Amino acid sequence: MFASCADPKSLEGLSWLLCYLTSGSHIAFYWSFVTVLVLLAVTAPVALAFGFAGAVAARSHLWPVSVAGKTYTAMVRGIPDIVFFLFFVIALDQGIEWVTHQIRCPDWTEPVRQGLEFRVCPSAKVPPGNAAQIWHQIYGFGLAVVTFAIVFGAFVSNVLTGAMNAVPRAQLETAESYGMTQGQVFRRILVPQMWIYALPGLSNLWMILIKATPLLFLLGVQDIVYWARELGGTKTSLYAYPHPDWRLYYFLALLVFYLGMTRLSEIVLGRLTRRLSFGQATAAGEAQRKAAA
Amino acid sequence: MSCIETIADYGLRSLGMGERLLPRSDFTLCQQFTLIGSGMIWNIYFGVLALAAGFFLANALAMAKAAPSPVVRKPAEWFIFLFRGSPLFIQFFLAYEALVLLPRAGIDIFGLTVETGWLTRAWAGALIVLFLNTAAYSAEIFHGALMAIPKGDLEAADAYGLSGWKKFRRIQWPTMLRLAWPAYTNEAIFLFHATTLVFFSGFPAFQQRGDALYYAKYFADKTFNPFVPYPIVAFYFICLTLLVIWLFGLMNRRLNRHVPAARRPRLRVRPQIIR
Repeated sequence: MFASCADPKSLEGLSWLLCYLTSGSHIAFYWSFVTVLVLLAVTAPVALAFGFAGAVAARSHLWPVSVAGKTYTAMVRGIPDIVFFLFFVIALDQGIEWVTHQIRCPDWTEPVRQGLEFRVCPSAKVPPGNAAQIWHQIYGFGLAVVTFAIVFGAFVSNVLTGAMNAVPRAQLETAESYGMTQGQVFRRILVPQMWIYALPGLSNLWMILIKATPLLFLLGVQDIVYWARELGGTKTSLYAYPHPDWRLYYFLALLVFYLGMTRLSEIVLGRLTRRLSFGQATAAGEAQRKAAA
Repeated sequence: MSCIETIADYGLRSLGMGERLLPRSDFTLCQQFTLIGSGMIWNIYFGVLALAAGFFLANALAMAKAAPSPVVRKPAEWFIFLFRGSPLFIQFFLAYEALVLLPRAGIDIFGLTVETGWLTRAWAGALIVLFLNTAAYSAEIFHGALMAIPKGDLEAADAYGLSGWKKFRRIQWPTMLRLAWPAYTNEAIFLFHATTLVFFSGFPAFQQRGDALYYAKYFADKTFNPFVPYPIVAFYFICLTLLVIWLFGLMNRRLNRHVPAARRPRLRVRPQIIR
C-alpha cells in the first residue's frame, strides 16, 4: 500500500506494524467486515418480508394458506438453528441444480444420485463450471443470505403474529363499522399500529441476527472469522511478515467489533422505540403525551 | 452387519469406546442413528453441567447487579454485557486461543505443577465457556424477575418482621425463581441448542469423538446428502427439548403450588436462535 512497505524485512517497530496492517490480505480482512455488514443489511429486510408473508399467511381464512404459514412459524422451534444453516445451504444448492437439470437436460438418462455422488448434467451446474471465481463467491453469499432469511423469517413471523394480535380489537371493529373493507382495515389500521408491539421482539431478533453472523464461516463464506484464523496463525520467516500465533488478538478484535455493534444497536433501537411510541395507546405513549402537555 | 452389532460397535463411539474407525462406505440408516445418538451424549453432558453450575453463578450475578453499591454492581453489569453482547461462536474461538497460549508444561504454584493441557480439550474448555455464557444470560433473567417482585410481597415481609437474609431466603428468592422460571426454561433449551456449536469452533474433536452435529456433518459430507443426517439430529433435539420442557414443567408446578390455580403461569416455550 505504501511505498516504504516494499521491503518488509528491513522495517522495525511501528512502521512494521503499519505496513503489516495495510498488507493485501489485511485489506481483504477489512473488506470481510463489509461482507458482514452487507449480510446484515440484505438479510434484515428480506427476513422481515418473509416473516411478514408468514404472519399474513397464518391469519388467512383459507385453510391451506394458514396451515402453511403456521408450519413455517413452527419450523424452527425445538431444533438448533445451526442444523438449519448446515442443512439449507446444501439442500438449496442441490435443489437449484436439480431444477435446472430437469429443465435443461430433459433426456438425461443417468440417475442424479449415483450412490454417494450428486451428478447433474454439465450445463445445469450453478454457477457454470467455467464461471469466474467471483461468481462462485457471490453465489455462495447469496445462498447464505437466503438461508439466514428463511431461518430468521420464521422468527420474525412469530413476532409479527403476536404484534398483529396485540393491536386493540376495538380499533379494527371501528374501522369496519366505518365501512372499510378487510384490505383497507389491514393496510390503514392494523399494519401502521402493529410495529410498536412488534418492536421489542424485532430488536431482540436483530441482536440475535448480529450474533449469528459468525456462522457465515460455517457456510463457507470468507468472512471475518475465516480471515482472523488465516491471518492470526503462526507465520514463519517464509512470509513477508513473520509473527508467532496471534489468533488471540484477532479474535479479541472481533469481540470488540461485536460488542460495539451490540451497544450501537441498543442505542439506536432505544431511540426508535421512543419515536414509535409517539401517539400510541401504550404506557410509553401516554407518558410522552403527559410530558409534552 | 445387524443393527444390534452396529449399536454395540458405535453406541459409545463419542466416548472413544467400541469400533475405532468410523464407517466409510455403505452407510446404513442404523449407523447414522447410532452414531448421531452417541454424539448426543456430549450435548447432554455440556448442557446439564453448564446449566447446573451456571445456575449458582447466575444467582450471584443477579444479586450483584441489583446491589446498590457500584463496586459490586458494575463488574456484574460488564460481565453480563460481555457475554450477552458477543456471539457465543467468537467466545469459543477466543477461549480456545487463550487456553492454547497457557504454558504446555503446566504452571508452578508453590512448587506444585498444575497441568493446563486438559483445558484446551473440549470437555473442559468448552464447558467453561458455556458455563459463563449461560450464567450471564440467566443472570439477566433472574435480575429481571428480582425487579418484578410485587411491592406488596416485600411490604408484607417487612410487616412480619422479616429482614436481611431471612427475608431474602423466604420471600425474595423463591418469588424471583417462580417469576423467572418460564424464561429460564427457554434459556435451558437455547443452551442445549448452543452445545452443537462446540465442535465447529476451534475445539478439535479428539479421535473423532464429537457431538451429534459433528457426526451428522460427517455423514452429510461423505454421502453429499443432507436429507438424512440433519433430520436425525433434528429428531433427537426435538426429543431432548420435550424432555427439558417436561422436567422444567415439574419444577414450575412445584414453584407455583401455593398460587391459586387460575393464576398459575403456564410454561410458554419460545426457543430462540443462536446467541
